[in-house]
Amino acid sequence: MPRHYPFFLIYFALSNALSTMKYAPKSPAILVLEDGTVFHGKSAGKVGTATGEVCFNTGMTGYQEVFTDPSYKGQLLLATNVHIGNYGIKYDESESDSLKIAGLICRNFSLQYSRKQADTSLNDYFVEQNMVVICDVDTRALVRHIRDKGAMNAIISSDIADVAKLKEMLSKVPSMAGLELSSTVSTEKPYFFGNPEAKLKVAVLDEGVKTNTLRCLADRGCYVQVFPFNASYNDIKAWNPNGVLVSNGPGDPAVMPQVVQTVKDILAAELPVFGICLGHQLLAEACGIPTFKMFNGHRGINHPVKNMNSGHSEVTSQNHGFAISREAVEKSPILEITHVNLNDNSVEGIKVKNKKAFSVQYHPESAPGPDDSRYLFDDFVKSLVN
Amino acid sequence: MVALQPFPGLDDPGRKTAIPGRNFHLNQHLAMPKDSSIKSVLIIGSGPIIIGQACEFDYSGSQAARSLKEEGIEVSLINSNPATIMTDKVTADNVYLLPLNTDSLIQILEERKIDAVLPTMGGQTALNLCKEADERGIWKKYGVRIIGVNIEAIETTENREAFRQLMIDIGVGVAPSKVANSFLEGKEIAQNLGYPLVIRPSYTLGGTGAGFVFKKEEFEDKLMRGLQASPIHEVLIEKAVFGWKEYELELLRDNKDNVIIICSIENFDPMGIHTGDSITVAPAMTLSDKTFQHMRNLAIKMMRAIGEFAGGCNVQFAVNPEDESIIAVEINPRVSRSSALASKATGYPIAKIAAKMAIGYNLDELQNQVTGSTSAFFEPTLDYVIVKIPRWNFDKFPGADRTLGLQMKSVGEAMGIGRSFIEALQKACQSLEINKAGLGADGTGSTKLDDIVYNLEHASWDRLFHVKEALKLGVPIQSIFNLTKIDKWFLHEIQQLVLMEQELKRYNLQNLPADFFLELKQKGYSDTQIAHVLSNVTEDEVYARRKELGIHRVYKTVDTCAAEFPSKTPYFYSTFENGYTAADGKTVLSNESVRSDKKKIIVLGSGPNRIGQGIEFDYACVHGVLAAKEAGFEAIMVNCNPETVSTDFDIADKLYFEPVFWEHIYELIEFEKPEGVIVQLGGQTALKLSERLHEKGIKIIGTSFEDMDLAEDRGRFSDLLKNLDIPYPLYGVAESAEEALVVANQVGYPVLVRPSYVLGGQGMSIVINDEELENAVIKLLKNLPGNRVLIDHFLDRAEEAEADVICDGENIQFIGLMEHIEPAGIHSGDSFAVLPPFNLSDHVLNQMREYAQKIALALNIRGLLNIQYAIKKEKVYVIEANPRASRTVPFIAKAHLVPYINIATKVMLGTHKLSDFKIEPRKFGYAIKEPVFSFDKFPNVNKELGPEMKSTGEAIRFIDSLEDPYFRHLYKEKSMYLSK
Repeated sequence: MPRHYPFFLIYFALSNALSTMKYAPKSPAILVLEDGTVFHGKSAGKVGTATGEVCFNTGMTGYQEVFTDPSYKGQLLLATNVHIGNYGIKYDESESDSLKIAGLICRNFSLQYSRKQADTSLNDYFVEQNMVVICDVDTRALVRHIRDKGAMNAIISSDIADVAKLKEMLSKVPSMAGLELSSTVSTEKPYFFGNPEAKLKVAVLDEGVKTNTLRCLADRGCYVQVFPFNASYNDIKAWNPNGVLVSNGPGDPAVMPQVVQTVKDILAAELPVFGICLGHQLLAEACGIPTFKMFNGHRGINHPVKNMNSGHSEVTSQNHGFAISREAVEKSPILEITHVNLNDNSVEGIKVKNKKAFSVQYHPESAPGPDDSRYLFDDFVKSLVN
Repeated sequence: MVALQPFPGLDDPGRKTAIPGRNFHLNQHLAMPKDSSIKSVLIIGSGPIIIGQACEFDYSGSQAARSLKEEGIEVSLINSNPATIMTDKVTADNVYLLPLNTDSLIQILEERKIDAVLPTMGGQTALNLCKEADERGIWKKYGVRIIGVNIEAIETTENREAFRQLMIDIGVGVAPSKVANSFLEGKEIAQNLGYPLVIRPSYTLGGTGAGFVFKKEEFEDKLMRGLQASPIHEVLIEKAVFGWKEYELELLRDNKDNVIIICSIENFDPMGIHTGDSITVAPAMTLSDKTFQHMRNLAIKMMRAIGEFAGGCNVQFAVNPEDESIIAVEINPRVSRSSALASKATGYPIAKIAAKMAIGYNLDELQNQVTGSTSAFFEPTLDYVIVKIPRWNFDKFPGADRTLGLQMKSVGEAMGIGRSFIEALQKACQSLEINKAGLGADGTGSTKLDDIVYNLEHASWDRLFHVKEALKLGVPIQSIFNLTKIDKWFLHEIQQLVLMEQELKRYNLQNLPADFFLELKQKGYSDTQIAHVLSNVTEDEVYARRKELGIHRVYKTVDTCAAEFPSKTPYFYSTFENGYTAADGKTVLSNESVRSDKKKIIVLGSGPNRIGQGIEFDYACVHGVLAAKEAGFEAIMVNCNPETVSTDFDIADKLYFEPVFWEHIYELIEFEKPEGVIVQLGGQTALKLSERLHEKGIKIIGTSFEDMDLAEDRGRFSDLLKNLDIPYPLYGVAESAEEALVVANQVGYPVLVRPSYVLGGQGMSIVINDEELENAVIKLLKNLPGNRVLIDHFLDRAEEAEADVICDGENIQFIGLMEHIEPAGIHSGDSFAVLPPFNLSDHVLNQMREYAQKIALALNIRGLLNIQYAIKKEKVYVIEANPRASRTVPFIAKAHLVPYINIATKVMLGTHKLSDFKIEPRKFGYAIKEPVFSFDKFPNVNKELGPEMKSTGEAIRFIDSLEDPYFRHLYKEKSMYLSK
């Protein structure tokens, strides 16, 4: 039977708490697409205006990792998962030093979070870093729109209600195709990561590297030096590394001839190479394979990839809006296809014949996403030893 | 089947069917390694419905059977449960309605060449039978391979100690525990582990005898009881991870050891409450990617460690909210209740794919059946939230311990789908059919702080509602968390409702701002709740105002991929969305359900399973949908029960996974504009909505509302019987105990007392004198205020029988007559019944037939009618008539091998007359319907039967003659459990 609870007293002490708590209406925000479509929603994060290419990510966990992934530079991220912010922000789970997305579009933005280990709420983190959010959007309708019409630029605003003005601002935003962005996210000066006593040395060409890539190398006994995006082969050679990792990053690989040249030089020097995402595209370009902008990119943590050598399949973390030409790879005498996307048959991995050089279009370091593909780091590290 | 076109995208006029930039060459990878040595497979079903093993296994078994048949495999099926779709000709090639024992297996194997047995679709019952047959060498003798599972794996997962050791060996955390064989050992272990503890007796099933020990003082008693409960006097004493966050992952693995996670499910109720009794949410709401990936890795490692097999697997974890450490709770290498939920939650047909893998396919060779274009090897992603709430029936078990704990007590479940947790939660509340219009704000519930707080700590069926009430009274979230350990994110979300209701009070219907109105609807509030909070307005007025403001439901697709790819499956749920303005200036609400030009029929389902309304109505709905399709209609199914076959996405032309709740149904009807609505197949749930459908001028297919109402209204129905010269027991109506006494003395004791509207005999009792009557009436009026009490003369020691008929307005077709073995007084659902009658004279049978004919014609029945009779001294009395599908129709259909529901549906639709069918029941001896009870889940409740139904399921048993020893035994014991 009910008994009197001691916290009955607490109840009276705090009974004022609720009366001061009130429903807080959110102010309106709008999203204007390049094709003139206007979506309506509410404002969160910093009040302001942001532009970029809209891309949707289908992951159900890992918003913090995504928002801080340098590959998302310049993009308005559309989250298909309907709740964002539930578990707050834990600083050491960021994939770089700051938020990299241009803005966030979502359905439900949680102002309250629950995680003992968290450092702050997503909203506070966004306000602190001037990140504009439009929430309460029919995100599913927007995904279907983008899916059918293709990736396009957009503007989101919680301080300008004038659609004509927003359209004018939007018209000045450059297309992602032909855009070089690595320079905006890469380190300016080389730095080191991991244990200096480690037996192996890996140079990382930072086109927008994620911290977890560095962790994956360090965990496997590698001492890492991270070089700026435009480092030359000679800069790298001077450190005498056992191999080079060409990292992921934002932007169009077709307009990065300088980096492609560096990769060519590394290949010529017979150094082991591991390319990830943009790094994969740069390796392909270095082997004469053209890249193209996809109608819609692959962004999520559930993409099925088959390893053609082992016959096994892996669930992969992906984030790319450009891809390499399958036709060209099939014709290439020096490349072989190692991984294939089970959904659309696109090339997910290549290997340079007779060289210790391979790359994948997806993210074996995951963060966020499944750890199914970590074996690629093992393979890379093994190739350094032999 | 009528295939629907993929949605052309009503809101996207410019969309083309071909999508540039994508080329699907999936076939390039299709190697077809199907094991060609398997040509004939036996699927074992799960038997009668009991608590913990319900119709989810009919869903998985049916899916598996259809999946194998697609591959040209001959499917045989054994199950003793006749109310299942899996035991239907539409599902399997050879159906064996036999008891689930090894004798039956031998009988089948003698008769038929079986290459392989698939035991993973029928729950623990099927696995146990498979194991027993294996131990006895039956499979070996007949050359049958076991597919889809590994017997050693089952053993490892069932033996707590072996499981624990394996987890330690592979480096997966488990709760610290130790086995005790004596009282002394037990005390030592407890001292080392500290409290709270769990005591689990070894070798008992379904958590029997397991319990928590919170304090040292309780320990000795519980230890002693545990040791006694175990047949080998052994208990496992485990550190209780009470209050840790609880999660489940559903895995699929193929023959190449490729593994995918179909779904993550988070329990709203943390560790300490059986997952079957927990409110659950998918996807997981409060897990960071780091913790989730850690859990994913552990799950895959565990599945690989228990042995090689291709199929489904469920893994349960507990997460310490303090440091996010994870421990494994259990692993089930088979499809389960959770995998059925995961299939409905994601759209990914787990059982179907698991069956394909059992015969040699691999995941990367199969297609995602929902998109029809992408690979089955992927992990579904959701752009909505689902919430499952269990449905309990404690009212059927007076004296039962209603506290939730380690042993499952619920009898069914409802699932809500929404574009936010809170919307899904409120929709699930609306689906439960427990007189709630959502989560609170509907005039139900308590305001007594002491009661509320007590109930937060001692969880029962209504804890969720108490959480909201506590927040409303201003109890701080921290205090609620301390009492319940429910994650604060969920509590914050519920608190938002409290704040919104405060805000709503500031307005009236006319000045309620449109965007706030929309936000309320987005949070799942029903118009009824909004009307309640606003007060002085009706639900209809709220609805009308909402429409005026342009706030409509839109329908979204469950497509496994968050709209990344176009989907082919017509599986919808409703929600509310902000619109967008298209480039041409038009405002669009994005609705993915496209109304076709075809004539359409909506079939209303029966909501969550409960005692008195269960799987038999799912059976009826599936057949109704298929029949409507055959009759040339587009068949639209509406239901909210994730365990059912009727909510499988490829049964109906369109599936709306929605509450069978007025507002949702009405708005859907307004959108789809069907020819009419079928209410006869969804039990009382659907039937109850007919009055409002009628008021709104919506056509009810088959028997009209007026006629159904006449059958349900005791007074008018008795007048009808009187006019037809049909005898019925004397009765009267009373509104107070005083009136009741007068009526009872007029009709004569013993009398049957019941509220005027009931389901499954709820609240009924038989009393023999004034004193008992007074008590019964006072109790009834207290529990159901405002209700009227019906008092019938009870025909003591009468025999009972029932008839099911189909009537097309001119002719009637008898589905069957069944005679109960027990005397009158035991609810028909709890009686053993025999088809055809075994002990009734021709004189009696003729009266029964004549009365049925008269009633069916007088009530203008179009479709189904069930009539209950009492027979005393060769005189037949009509007790009641139900103008709908009954529990016995599937039973008789199975015994006769005649698709009665199909026929009845076509008759209802008016496309056919009875004369269009040639009905030839199969010849057999007798079929006995055996009720099955779940009393073992309620140790303090006596197995005492009466007018209130208590059985959870039923089995069918065929006998050749009345000399059958099984029948003789039943007949001898027929009065044993009748309550005094």
